[in-house]
Amino acid sequence: MFLTEEQQAILNGSKGETMAKVMESVVRYGELFGAEKLIPVTSKYNHLVTSFGLKALGPVYDLFNKLIEDGAISQQKFSVDPRPCDPNVPKNFIQDIIFNKIMYSKQDFYEGQLKSLGLMDDNAFTCACYMDEVGNKPAKGEVLSWAESSAVVYANSVLGAKVNRNSGIIDIMQSIVGYVPYFGLVTDEGRKATWVVEIKTTKKPEAQLLGSAIGMKVMEDVPYIKGLDKWLGTELDDAACTYLKDFGAATASNGAVGLYHVENLTPDAVEQGEKLITKDAKVYVIDDAELQRVYDSYPVMWKNKDAKPKLCFMGCPHMSLEQLKTWTDKVENGLKEAGNKKVLIPTVFTAAPAVIKEFEKTPYAARLKACGVIVSYICPLMYMNNPLCGKMPVITSSNKLRTYTTARYYTDDEILVQITKGGN
Amino acid sequence: MKEFKGRVVAPGCVKAEALVSHGGLNTLASFQKALQFGDKKATCGDQNNPDLFNHQMFGKALCLPQTIGSTTGGMVLYCACSMGRQPACMLFSKPIDSLAGAGVILADVWLEGEDTKMPVIDSLGDDFLEYVKTGMTITVKEDGVVVVEG
Repeated sequence: MFLTEEQQAILNGSKGETMAKVMESVVRYGELFGAEKLIPVTSKYNHLVTSFGLKALGPVYDLFNKLIEDGAISQQKFSVDPRPCDPNVPKNFIQDIIFNKIMYSKQDFYEGQLKSLGLMDDNAFTCACYMDEVGNKPAKGEVLSWAESSAVVYANSVLGAKVNRNSGIIDIMQSIVGYVPYFGLVTDEGRKATWVVEIKTTKKPEAQLLGSAIGMKVMEDVPYIKGLDKWLGTELDDAACTYLKDFGAATASNGAVGLYHVENLTPDAVEQGEKLITKDAKVYVIDDAELQRVYDSYPVMWKNKDAKPKLCFMGCPHMSLEQLKTWTDKVENGLKEAGNKKVLIPTVFTAAPAVIKEFEKTPYAARLKACGVIVSYICPLMYMNNPLCGKMPVITSSNKLRTYTTARYYTDDEILVQITKGGN
Repeated sequence: MKEFKGRVVAPGCVKAEALVSHGGLNTLASFQKALQFGDKKATCGDQNNPDLFNHQMFGKALCLPQTIGSTTGGMVLYCACSMGRQPACMLFSKPIDSLAGAGVILADVWLEGEDTKMPVIDSLGDDFLEYVKTGMTITVKEDGVVVVEG
Protein backbone atom coordinates (compact mmCIF):
# COMPACT_ATOMS: atom_id res chain seq x y z
CA MET A 1 0.00 0.00 0.00
CA PHE A 2 1.21 3.50 -0.79
CA LEU A 3 1.57 5.56 2.38
CA THR A 4 2.25 9.27 2.64
CA GLU A 5 5.30 10.42 4.60
CA GLU A 6 3.08 11.26 7.57
CA GLN A 7 1.34 7.86 7.50
CA GLN A 8 4.63 6.00 7.14
CA ALA A 9 6.14 7.97 10.03
CA ILE A 10 3.24 7.00 12.31
CA LEU A 11 3.67 3.38 11.25
CA ASN A 12 7.35 3.68 12.08
CA GLY A 13 6.59 4.94 15.58
CA SER A 14 6.83 8.74 15.34
CA LYS A 15 3.77 9.03 17.59
CA GLY A 16 4.62 6.15 19.87
CA GLU A 17 4.34 2.38 19.87
CA THR A 18 0.59 2.19 20.47
CA MET A 19 -0.20 4.63 17.68
CA ALA A 20 2.11 2.61 15.41
CA LYS A 21 0.09 -0.54 16.18
CA VAL A 22 -3.15 1.31 15.50
CA MET A 23 -1.77 2.35 12.11
CA GLU A 24 -0.50 -1.19 11.48
CA SER A 25 -4.00 -2.54 12.17
CA VAL A 26 -5.57 -0.12 9.68
CA VAL A 27 -2.92 -0.70 7.01
CA ARG A 28 -3.04 -4.49 7.28
CA TYR A 29 -6.83 -4.38 7.26
CA GLY A 30 -6.67 -2.41 4.01
CA GLU A 31 -3.99 -4.59 2.45
CA LEU A 32 -6.16 -7.64 3.06
CA PHE A 33 -8.71 -6.13 0.67
CA GLY A 34 -6.25 -4.84 -1.90
CA ALA A 35 -6.42 -1.19 -0.86
CA GLU A 36 -3.71 0.81 -2.63
CA LYS A 37 -3.90 3.81 -0.31
CA LEU A 38 -5.56 5.38 2.70
CA ILE A 39 -8.06 8.22 2.25
CA PRO A 40 -9.04 10.82 4.88
CA VAL A 41 -12.13 10.41 7.02
CA THR A 42 -14.21 13.51 6.20
CA SER A 43 -17.33 13.25 8.36
CA LYS A 44 -17.70 15.41 11.47
CA TYR A 45 -18.57 12.48 13.74
CA ASN A 46 -17.80 8.79 13.98
CA HIS A 47 -20.20 6.04 15.11
CA LEU A 48 -19.15 2.99 17.13
CA VAL A 49 -20.99 -0.29 17.45
CA THR A 50 -19.87 -1.39 20.91
CA SER A 51 -22.06 0.26 23.52
CA PHE A 52 -22.42 -2.43 26.12
CA GLY A 53 -20.34 -3.00 29.22
CA LEU A 54 -20.56 -6.74 28.93
CA LYS A 55 -18.36 -8.47 31.48
CA ALA A 56 -17.16 -10.90 28.78
CA LEU A 57 -15.57 -8.12 26.74
CA GLY A 58 -12.55 -7.81 29.01
CA PRO A 59 -10.09 -7.94 26.09
CA VAL A 60 -11.77 -4.89 24.53
CA TYR A 61 -11.58 -2.88 27.77
CA ASP A 62 -7.90 -3.77 28.12
CA LEU A 63 -7.25 -2.60 24.58
CA PHE A 64 -9.19 0.65 25.05
CA ASN A 65 -7.32 1.29 28.32
CA LYS A 66 -4.09 1.04 26.40
CA LEU A 67 -5.33 3.54 23.80
CA ILE A 68 -6.39 5.99 26.52
CA GLU A 69 -3.23 5.64 28.61
CA ASP A 70 -1.00 6.12 25.59
CA GLY A 71 -2.96 9.08 24.23
CA ALA A 72 -4.12 7.32 21.06
CA ILE A 73 -7.36 9.31 20.97
CA SER A 74 -9.39 10.36 17.94
CA GLN A 75 -9.94 14.00 17.03
CA GLN A 76 -13.46 12.96 16.00
CA LYS A 77 -16.20 12.68 18.59
CA PHE A 78 -18.64 9.81 18.14
CA SER A 79 -22.07 8.41 18.86
CA VAL A 80 -22.43 4.77 19.84
CA ASP A 81 -25.06 2.03 19.79
CA PRO A 82 -27.85 1.94 22.42
CA ARG A 83 -27.41 1.21 26.11
CA PRO A 84 -28.31 -2.38 27.09
CA CYS A 85 -30.36 -1.55 30.19
CA ASP A 86 -33.22 0.79 31.06
CA PRO A 87 -35.06 0.61 34.41
CA ASN A 88 -38.34 1.41 32.60
CA VAL A 89 -38.30 -1.84 30.63
CA PRO A 90 -40.13 -4.72 32.35
CA LYS A 91 -37.94 -7.34 33.97
CA ASN A 92 -38.26 -9.65 36.91
CA PHE A 93 -36.06 -9.80 40.00
CA ILE A 94 -33.76 -12.48 38.60
CA GLN A 95 -33.38 -10.69 35.27
CA ASP A 96 -32.52 -7.50 37.13
CA ILE A 97 -29.71 -9.27 38.97
CA ILE A 98 -28.44 -10.96 35.81
CA PHE A 99 -28.47 -7.72 33.79
CA ASN A 100 -26.87 -5.43 36.36
CA LYS A 101 -24.71 -7.71 38.49
CA ILE A 102 -23.54 -10.29 35.97
CA MET A 103 -23.90 -9.38 32.31
CA TYR A 104 -23.52 -5.62 32.15
CA SER A 105 -21.59 -5.10 35.36
CA LYS A 106 -18.93 -3.17 33.43
CA GLN A 107 -21.40 -0.67 31.92
CA ASP A 108 -20.40 2.34 34.04
CA PHE A 109 -16.72 1.54 33.61
CA TYR A 110 -17.09 1.21 29.85
CA GLU A 111 -19.09 4.43 29.53
CA GLY A 112 -16.22 6.14 31.35
CA GLN A 113 -13.85 4.77 28.72
CA LEU A 114 -16.14 6.01 25.93
CA LYS A 115 -16.12 9.52 27.42
CA SER A 116 -12.33 9.47 27.51
CA LEU A 117 -12.25 8.31 23.91
CA GLY A 118 -14.60 11.08 22.63
CA LEU A 119 -18.30 10.30 23.17
CA MET A 120 -20.43 13.14 21.67
CA ASP A 121 -22.56 13.53 24.80
CA ASP A 122 -24.10 11.46 27.59
CA ASN A 123 -27.15 10.61 25.49
CA ALA A 124 -25.42 9.74 22.21
CA PHE A 125 -26.47 6.10 22.53
CA THR A 126 -28.47 4.88 19.54
CA CYS A 127 -28.10 2.68 16.48
CA ALA A 128 -29.98 5.34 14.46
CA CYS A 129 -27.45 8.14 14.95
CA TYR A 130 -28.39 9.62 11.56
CA MET A 131 -31.73 10.88 12.85
CA ASP A 132 -31.97 14.69 12.66
CA GLU A 133 -32.66 14.84 16.39
CA VAL A 134 -29.39 13.02 17.19
CA GLY A 135 -27.22 15.09 14.88
CA ASN A 136 -24.76 12.58 13.48
CA LYS A 137 -25.99 12.74 9.89
CA PRO A 138 -23.20 12.73 7.29
CA ALA A 139 -23.57 14.50 3.96
CA LYS A 140 -23.53 12.81 0.57
CA GLY A 141 -20.05 11.76 -0.48
CA GLU A 142 -18.48 12.05 2.97
CA VAL A 143 -16.10 9.27 4.00
CA LEU A 144 -16.87 7.59 7.32
CA SER A 145 -15.26 5.14 9.71
CA TRP A 146 -18.55 3.89 11.13
CA ALA A 147 -19.54 0.45 12.31
CA GLU A 148 -23.09 -0.81 13.19
CA SER A 149 -24.50 -2.71 10.26
CA SER A 150 -27.85 -0.90 10.14
CA ALA A 151 -26.22 2.55 10.32
CA VAL A 152 -23.60 1.67 7.69
CA VAL A 153 -26.17 0.43 5.18
CA TYR A 154 -28.34 3.51 5.82
CA ALA A 155 -25.42 5.94 5.46
CA ASN A 156 -24.27 4.35 2.20
CA SER A 157 -27.68 3.80 0.64
CA VAL A 158 -29.99 6.58 1.83
CA LEU A 159 -27.48 9.35 2.59
CA GLY A 160 -24.97 8.56 -0.16
CA ALA A 161 -22.02 8.61 2.25
CA LYS A 162 -19.09 6.21 1.76
CA VAL A 163 -18.26 3.61 4.36
CA ASN A 164 -17.32 -0.04 4.51
CA ARG A 165 -18.91 -2.54 6.85
CA ASN A 166 -16.31 -1.87 9.48
CA SER A 167 -16.03 -4.00 12.54
CA GLY A 168 -16.05 -2.85 16.14
CA ILE A 169 -12.54 -1.72 17.24
CA ILE A 170 -11.47 -1.02 13.64
CA ASP A 171 -14.19 1.68 13.66
CA ILE A 172 -12.34 3.66 16.32
CA MET A 173 -8.84 2.83 15.10
CA GLN A 174 -9.49 4.29 11.63
CA SER A 175 -10.87 7.40 13.30
CA ILE A 176 -7.80 7.68 15.54
CA VAL A 177 -5.43 7.75 12.57
CA GLY A 178 -7.95 9.79 10.53
CA TYR A 179 -7.85 7.53 7.48
CA VAL A 180 -9.70 4.54 6.04
CA PRO A 181 -8.32 2.10 3.47
CA TYR A 182 -9.56 2.73 -0.07
CA PHE A 183 -11.46 -0.44 -0.95
CA GLY A 184 -14.97 -1.83 -1.25
CA LEU A 185 -17.88 0.50 -0.65
CA VAL A 186 -15.78 3.66 -0.51
CA THR A 187 -14.75 3.17 -4.16
CA ASP A 188 -16.93 3.84 -7.22
CA GLU A 189 -16.37 0.32 -8.51
CA GLY A 190 -17.31 -1.24 -5.17
CA ARG A 191 -20.64 0.58 -5.23
CA LYS A 192 -21.77 -1.11 -8.46
CA ALA A 193 -24.70 -3.53 -8.21
CA THR A 194 -24.11 -7.21 -8.92
CA TRP A 195 -27.75 -8.13 -8.37
CA VAL A 196 -30.97 -6.77 -9.86
CA VAL A 197 -33.95 -7.33 -7.60
CA GLU A 198 -37.35 -7.02 -9.24
CA ILE A 199 -40.25 -6.32 -6.90
CA LYS A 200 -43.48 -7.78 -8.29
CA THR A 201 -45.69 -7.90 -5.22
CA THR A 202 -49.37 -7.00 -5.29
CA LYS A 203 -49.06 -4.76 -2.22
CA LYS A 204 -46.37 -2.72 -0.48
CA PRO A 205 -43.90 -5.31 0.80
CA GLU A 206 -43.22 -5.42 4.53
CA ALA A 207 -39.89 -3.59 4.94
CA GLN A 208 -38.35 -6.06 7.37
CA LEU A 209 -39.46 -9.09 5.37
CA LEU A 210 -38.28 -7.73 2.03
CA GLY A 211 -34.92 -6.79 3.56
CA SER A 212 -34.56 -10.25 5.02
CA ALA A 213 -35.32 -11.94 1.68
CA ILE A 214 -32.81 -9.78 -0.18
CA GLY A 215 -30.14 -10.11 2.52
CA MET A 216 -30.36 -13.89 2.56
CA LYS A 217 -30.17 -14.02 -1.24
CA VAL A 218 -27.42 -11.52 -2.09
CA MET A 219 -25.42 -11.82 1.16
CA GLU A 220 -22.59 -9.23 0.93
CA ASP A 221 -23.32 -8.07 -2.61
CA VAL A 222 -24.89 -4.79 -3.74
CA PRO A 223 -28.48 -5.08 -5.04
CA TYR A 224 -30.19 -2.64 -7.42
CA ILE A 225 -33.87 -2.78 -6.59
CA LYS A 226 -36.49 -2.14 -9.25
CA GLY A 227 -40.19 -1.66 -8.60
CA LEU A 228 -39.96 -0.47 -5.00
CA ASP A 229 -40.44 3.16 -6.00
CA LYS A 230 -43.96 2.13 -7.01
CA TRP A 231 -44.69 1.70 -3.29
CA LEU A 232 -42.33 4.26 -1.74
CA GLY A 233 -42.51 7.07 -4.29
CA THR A 234 -39.52 8.99 -5.58
CA GLU A 235 -38.93 11.34 -2.65
CA LEU A 236 -36.83 10.50 0.41
CA ASP A 237 -39.46 11.82 2.81
CA ASP A 238 -39.85 10.71 6.44
CA ALA A 239 -41.99 7.70 5.54
CA ALA A 240 -39.59 6.49 2.83
CA CYS A 241 -36.53 6.99 5.07
CA THR A 242 -38.20 5.09 7.90
CA TYR A 243 -39.08 2.24 5.56
CA LEU A 244 -35.52 2.11 4.20
CA LYS A 245 -34.08 2.20 7.73
CA ASP A 246 -35.95 -0.98 8.67
CA PHE A 247 -35.47 -2.59 5.27
CA GLY A 248 -31.73 -1.93 5.32
CA ALA A 249 -31.25 -3.27 8.83
CA ALA A 250 -32.82 -6.55 7.74
CA THR A 251 -30.61 -6.80 4.64
CA ALA A 252 -27.54 -6.21 6.81
CA SER A 253 -28.39 -8.62 9.61
CA ASN A 254 -30.02 -11.44 7.62
CA GLY A 255 -27.24 -11.13 5.07
CA ALA A 256 -24.25 -8.80 4.96
CA VAL A 257 -25.49 -5.99 2.74
CA GLY A 258 -23.64 -2.69 3.18
CA LEU A 259 -25.22 -0.79 0.30
CA TYR A 260 -28.35 -1.07 -1.81
CA HIS A 261 -29.74 1.10 -4.56
CA VAL A 262 -33.46 1.73 -5.01
CA GLU A 263 -34.32 2.82 -8.53
CA ASN A 264 -35.51 6.45 -8.75
CA LEU A 265 -35.18 6.93 -4.99
CA THR A 266 -31.76 6.54 -3.34
CA PRO A 267 -29.03 9.09 -4.24
CA ASP A 268 -26.64 6.93 -6.28
CA ALA A 269 -29.54 5.38 -8.22
CA VAL A 270 -31.11 8.76 -8.95
CA GLU A 271 -27.77 10.08 -10.19
CA GLN A 272 -26.51 7.11 -12.17
CA GLY A 273 -29.52 4.88 -12.81
CA GLU A 274 -28.82 1.54 -14.47
CA LYS A 275 -25.18 2.49 -15.08
CA LEU A 276 -24.72 1.17 -11.55
CA ILE A 277 -25.58 -2.37 -12.66
CA THR A 278 -22.70 -4.62 -13.69
CA LYS A 279 -22.97 -6.56 -16.97
CA ASP A 280 -23.21 -10.00 -15.40
CA ALA A 281 -25.61 -9.01 -12.61
CA LYS A 282 -27.82 -11.83 -11.34
CA VAL A 283 -31.58 -11.40 -11.08
CA TYR A 284 -33.84 -12.10 -8.09
CA VAL A 285 -37.60 -11.73 -8.55
CA ILE A 286 -39.68 -11.14 -5.44
CA ASP A 287 -43.42 -11.69 -5.52
CA ASP A 288 -46.00 -12.39 -2.82
CA ALA A 289 -45.21 -16.12 -2.85
CA GLU A 290 -41.49 -15.52 -2.36
CA LEU A 291 -42.09 -13.26 0.64
CA GLN A 292 -44.42 -15.87 2.11
CA ARG A 293 -41.77 -18.56 1.57
CA VAL A 294 -39.21 -16.46 3.44
CA TYR A 295 -41.65 -15.72 6.27
CA ASP A 296 -42.50 -19.41 6.62
CA SER A 297 -38.81 -20.35 6.75
CA TYR A 298 -38.16 -18.59 10.06
CA PRO A 299 -37.67 -21.06 12.88
CA VAL A 300 -39.75 -20.50 16.03
CA MET A 301 -37.32 -20.76 18.92
CA TRP A 302 -39.79 -20.64 21.80
CA LYS A 303 -39.89 -23.71 24.04
CA ASN A 304 -43.67 -23.66 23.86
CA LYS A 305 -44.53 -22.55 20.35
CA ASP A 306 -48.12 -21.79 21.40
CA ALA A 307 -47.14 -19.68 24.38
CA LYS A 308 -48.87 -16.37 25.01
CA PRO A 309 -46.37 -13.55 24.33
CA LYS A 310 -45.02 -11.90 27.46
CA LEU A 311 -43.30 -8.96 25.83
CA CYS A 312 -43.32 -7.08 22.54
CA PHE A 313 -40.34 -5.09 21.27
CA MET A 314 -40.60 -2.58 18.43
CA GLY A 315 -37.64 -0.50 17.34
CA CYS A 316 -34.62 -2.53 16.28
CA PRO A 317 -33.19 -0.38 14.75
CA HIS A 318 -34.47 2.51 16.85
CA MET A 319 -37.75 4.08 15.74
CA SER A 320 -37.95 7.48 14.07
CA LEU A 321 -40.10 10.32 15.38
CA GLU A 322 -42.41 9.75 12.43
CA GLN A 323 -42.68 6.08 13.35
CA LEU A 324 -43.50 6.80 17.00
CA LYS A 325 -46.29 9.14 15.93
CA THR A 326 -47.70 6.76 13.31
CA TRP A 327 -47.68 3.88 15.77
CA THR A 328 -49.40 5.98 18.41
CA ASP A 329 -52.32 6.41 15.99
CA LYS A 330 -52.27 2.74 15.06
CA VAL A 331 -52.27 1.50 18.65
CA GLU A 332 -54.98 3.94 19.71
CA ASN A 333 -57.22 2.94 16.80
CA GLY A 334 -56.54 -0.76 17.31
CA LEU A 335 -57.48 -0.58 20.98
CA LYS A 336 -60.59 1.43 20.19
CA GLU A 337 -61.75 -1.10 17.60
CA ALA A 338 -61.27 -3.94 20.07
CA GLY A 339 -62.85 -2.08 22.97
CA ASN A 340 -59.63 -2.21 24.98
CA LYS A 341 -57.98 0.62 26.86
CA LYS A 342 -54.41 -0.61 27.16
CA VAL A 343 -52.17 -2.96 25.21
CA LEU A 344 -52.71 -6.60 26.12
CA ILE A 345 -49.03 -7.53 25.99
CA PRO A 346 -46.32 -5.46 27.74
CA THR A 347 -44.98 -3.44 24.82
CA VAL A 348 -41.77 -1.45 24.48
CA PHE A 349 -41.05 0.99 21.65
CA THR A 350 -37.38 1.92 21.44
CA ALA A 351 -35.85 5.10 20.04
CA ALA A 352 -32.82 7.34 20.46
CA PRO A 353 -32.79 9.46 23.63
CA ALA A 354 -32.86 12.62 21.50
CA VAL A 355 -35.84 11.33 19.50
CA ILE A 356 -37.67 10.41 22.71
CA LYS A 357 -37.02 13.93 24.01
CA GLU A 358 -38.63 15.46 20.91
CA PHE A 359 -41.48 12.93 21.02
CA GLU A 360 -42.21 13.90 24.59
CA LYS A 361 -42.75 17.49 23.48
CA THR A 362 -45.65 16.33 21.30
CA PRO A 363 -49.17 15.34 22.40
CA TYR A 364 -48.51 11.86 21.00
CA ALA A 365 -46.32 10.94 23.99
CA ALA A 366 -49.12 11.18 26.53
CA ARG A 367 -51.49 9.34 24.17
CA LEU A 368 -49.04 6.47 23.69
CA LYS A 369 -48.41 6.27 27.42
CA ALA A 370 -52.17 6.12 28.02
CA CYS A 371 -52.24 3.06 25.75
CA GLY A 372 -49.79 1.39 28.10
CA VAL A 373 -46.80 1.42 25.73
CA ILE A 374 -43.38 2.03 27.25
CA VAL A 375 -40.93 4.17 25.28
CA SER A 376 -37.30 3.34 25.97
CA TYR A 377 -33.78 4.06 24.72
CA ILE A 378 -32.72 0.44 25.32
CA CYS A 379 -31.15 -1.97 22.82
CA PRO A 380 -33.69 -4.82 22.65
CA LEU A 381 -31.00 -7.12 21.31
CA MET A 382 -28.81 -6.61 24.35
CA TYR A 383 -31.82 -6.98 26.65
CA MET A 384 -32.57 -10.38 25.18
CA ASN A 385 -29.02 -11.73 25.21
CA ASN A 386 -29.39 -13.92 28.27
CA PRO A 387 -30.64 -17.43 29.05
CA LEU A 388 -33.79 -16.20 30.79
CA CYS A 389 -35.01 -14.45 27.67
CA GLY A 390 -34.45 -17.67 25.77
CA LYS A 391 -37.38 -19.08 27.73
CA MET A 392 -39.45 -15.94 27.36
CA PRO A 393 -41.96 -15.62 24.49
CA VAL A 394 -41.08 -12.23 23.01
CA ILE A 395 -42.60 -10.93 19.78
CA THR A 396 -41.18 -8.34 17.40
CA SER A 397 -41.45 -7.03 13.87
CA SER A 398 -37.67 -6.62 13.76
CA ASN A 399 -35.90 -9.14 11.60
CA LYS A 400 -32.59 -8.16 13.18
CA LEU A 401 -33.91 -8.97 16.65
CA ARG A 402 -35.32 -12.26 15.34
CA THR A 403 -31.97 -13.18 13.85
CA TYR A 404 -29.91 -12.64 16.99
CA THR A 405 -32.35 -13.77 19.68
CA THR A 406 -35.28 -16.09 20.33
CA ALA A 407 -37.79 -13.32 19.59
CA ARG A 408 -40.54 -14.39 17.18
CA TYR A 409 -41.12 -12.33 14.08
CA TYR A 410 -44.51 -11.01 13.05
CA THR A 411 -45.40 -8.39 10.47
CA ASP A 412 -46.33 -4.91 11.68
CA ASP A 413 -50.04 -5.61 11.13
CA GLU A 414 -49.84 -8.89 13.04
CA ILE A 415 -48.01 -7.20 15.91
CA LEU A 416 -50.69 -4.55 16.07
CA VAL A 417 -53.43 -7.17 16.31
CA GLN A 418 -51.54 -9.05 19.02
CA ILE A 419 -50.92 -6.07 21.26
CA THR A 420 -54.30 -4.39 20.81
CA LYS A 421 -56.70 -7.31 20.35
CA GLY A 422 -54.79 -10.26 21.75
CA GLY A 423 -54.55 -13.80 20.46
CA ASN A 424 -51.78 -15.54 18.60
CA MET B 1 -7.88 -37.05 0.26
CA LYS B 2 -7.90 -33.76 -1.59
CA GLU B 3 -5.75 -30.64 -1.45
CA PHE B 4 -6.86 -27.06 -1.84
CA LYS B 5 -4.76 -23.91 -2.02
CA GLY B 6 -5.84 -20.54 -0.66
CA ARG B 7 -4.44 -17.22 0.50
CA VAL B 8 -2.81 -17.03 3.92
CA VAL B 9 -4.58 -14.37 5.99
CA ALA B 10 -3.08 -15.42 9.33
CA PRO B 11 -0.23 -17.94 9.14
CA GLY B 12 0.10 -21.20 11.04
CA CYS B 13 -0.09 -24.99 10.82
CA VAL B 14 -2.82 -27.03 12.44
CA LYS B 15 -4.66 -30.35 12.24
CA ALA B 16 -8.30 -30.46 13.36
CA GLU B 17 -11.73 -31.91 12.73
CA ALA B 18 -13.82 -30.04 10.17
CA LEU B 19 -16.99 -28.19 11.11
CA VAL B 20 -18.72 -26.97 7.97
CA SER B 21 -21.14 -24.08 7.52
CA HIS B 22 -22.60 -23.83 4.04
CA GLY B 23 -24.25 -20.50 4.85
CA GLY B 24 -22.49 -17.42 6.15
CA LEU B 25 -21.28 -17.54 9.75
CA ASN B 26 -23.11 -14.95 11.80
CA THR B 27 -20.28 -14.25 14.23
CA LEU B 28 -22.23 -12.41 16.92
CA ALA B 29 -25.15 -14.82 16.87
CA SER B 30 -22.75 -17.79 16.90
CA PHE B 31 -20.36 -16.72 19.67
CA GLN B 32 -22.21 -14.30 21.92
CA LYS B 33 -23.70 -16.75 24.40
CA ALA B 34 -20.50 -18.77 24.57
CA LEU B 35 -18.46 -15.70 25.43
CA GLN B 36 -21.00 -14.27 27.83
CA PHE B 37 -21.63 -17.36 29.86
CA GLY B 38 -18.23 -18.99 30.01
CA ASP B 39 -18.82 -21.83 27.54
CA LYS B 40 -15.27 -22.96 26.85
CA LYS B 41 -16.43 -25.19 23.99
CA ALA B 42 -17.84 -22.13 22.22
CA THR B 43 -21.12 -23.87 21.33
CA CYS B 44 -22.72 -22.16 18.34
CA GLY B 45 -25.86 -20.24 19.33
CA ASP B 46 -27.04 -19.19 15.87
CA GLN B 47 -30.55 -20.58 15.43
CA ASN B 48 -30.50 -19.63 11.74
CA ASN B 49 -27.51 -21.78 10.92
CA PRO B 50 -28.63 -25.43 10.95
CA ASP B 51 -25.11 -26.61 10.06
CA LEU B 52 -23.56 -25.13 13.19
CA PHE B 53 -26.33 -24.58 15.73
CA ASN B 54 -25.45 -26.30 19.03
CA HIS B 55 -22.10 -27.57 17.65
CA GLN B 56 -18.83 -26.95 19.46
CA MET B 57 -16.71 -24.45 17.53
CA PHE B 58 -13.66 -24.32 19.81
CA GLY B 59 -10.80 -26.36 18.41
CA LYS B 60 -12.58 -27.18 15.15
CA ALA B 61 -11.47 -26.37 11.62
CA LEU B 62 -14.32 -24.01 10.81
CA CYS B 63 -15.06 -24.16 7.06
CA LEU B 64 -17.33 -21.44 5.74
CA PRO B 65 -18.01 -19.17 2.78
CA GLN B 66 -17.77 -15.89 4.75
CA THR B 67 -19.10 -14.22 7.88
CA ILE B 68 -22.30 -12.16 7.97
CA GLY B 69 -24.39 -10.08 10.34
CA SER B 70 -23.55 -7.51 13.00
CA THR B 71 -20.47 -5.34 12.70
CA THR B 72 -19.47 -6.43 16.18
CA GLY B 73 -18.29 -9.55 14.33
CA GLY B 74 -14.59 -8.69 14.20
CA MET B 75 -14.57 -7.59 17.81
CA VAL B 76 -16.26 -10.85 18.80
CA LEU B 77 -13.60 -12.87 16.96
CA TYR B 78 -10.89 -10.78 18.64
CA CYS B 79 -12.42 -11.57 22.05
CA ALA B 80 -12.78 -15.28 21.21
CA CYS B 81 -9.07 -15.42 20.32
CA SER B 82 -8.08 -13.41 23.38
CA MET B 83 -10.07 -15.73 25.64
CA GLY B 84 -8.75 -18.89 23.95
CA ARG B 85 -12.17 -19.99 22.66
CA GLN B 86 -11.50 -19.64 18.96
CA PRO B 87 -11.76 -22.36 16.30
CA ALA B 88 -8.49 -24.17 15.52
CA CYS B 89 -8.55 -22.38 12.18
CA MET B 90 -10.98 -20.61 9.86
CA LEU B 91 -11.09 -21.69 6.23
CA PHE B 92 -13.03 -19.44 3.86
CA SER B 93 -14.14 -20.62 0.44
CA LYS B 94 -14.59 -16.97 -0.65
CA PRO B 95 -12.29 -13.98 -0.09
CA ILE B 96 -12.56 -13.03 3.56
CA ASP B 97 -15.15 -10.35 4.42
CA SER B 98 -14.40 -7.05 6.14
CA LEU B 99 -15.71 -8.09 9.57
CA ALA B 100 -13.80 -11.34 9.89
CA GLY B 101 -10.79 -9.72 8.26
CA ALA B 102 -10.72 -6.99 10.90
CA GLY B 103 -11.03 -9.50 13.74
CA VAL B 104 -8.21 -11.65 12.40
CA ILE B 105 -5.88 -8.67 11.86
CA LEU B 106 -6.66 -7.19 15.29
CA ALA B 107 -5.92 -10.50 16.99
CA ASP B 108 -2.68 -10.88 15.05
CA VAL B 109 -1.47 -7.33 15.79
CA TRP B 110 -2.57 -6.92 19.41
CA LEU B 111 -2.60 -10.37 21.02
CA GLU B 112 0.37 -12.38 22.18
CA GLY B 113 0.65 -16.01 23.18
CA GLU B 114 0.19 -19.31 21.35
CA ASP B 115 -3.28 -19.90 22.81
CA THR B 116 -4.59 -16.81 21.00
CA LYS B 117 -3.44 -17.91 17.54
CA MET B 118 -5.84 -18.95 14.79
CA PRO B 119 -4.55 -19.71 11.27
CA VAL B 120 -6.87 -18.31 8.62
CA ILE B 121 -6.93 -19.18 4.92
CA ASP B 122 -9.34 -17.64 2.43
CA SER B 123 -10.22 -17.95 -1.28
CA LEU B 124 -10.22 -21.76 -1.16
CA GLY B 125 -12.95 -21.87 -3.80
CA ASP B 126 -16.49 -23.25 -3.99
CA ASP B 127 -15.09 -26.74 -4.66
CA PHE B 128 -13.59 -26.77 -1.18
CA LEU B 129 -16.91 -26.16 0.52
CA GLU B 130 -18.63 -28.72 -1.71
CA TYR B 131 -16.05 -31.37 -0.88
CA VAL B 132 -15.45 -30.92 2.83
CA LYS B 133 -17.91 -32.46 5.32
CA THR B 134 -18.25 -32.04 9.06
CA GLY B 135 -16.13 -34.66 10.80
CA MET B 136 -13.43 -34.90 8.12
CA THR B 137 -9.82 -34.27 9.12
CA ILE B 138 -8.23 -31.02 8.02
CA THR B 139 -4.53 -30.21 7.88
CA VAL B 140 -3.51 -26.60 7.30
CA LYS B 141 0.01 -25.94 6.07
CA GLU B 142 2.07 -22.76 6.34
CA ASP B 143 1.81 -21.95 2.62
CA GLY B 144 -2.01 -21.93 2.50
CA VAL B 145 -2.42 -25.55 1.41
CA VAL B 146 -5.39 -27.25 3.05
CA VAL B 147 -5.53 -31.06 3.04
CA VAL B 148 -8.94 -32.66 3.54
CA GLU B 149 -9.14 -36.33 4.51
CA GLY B 150 -12.36 -38.20 4.97
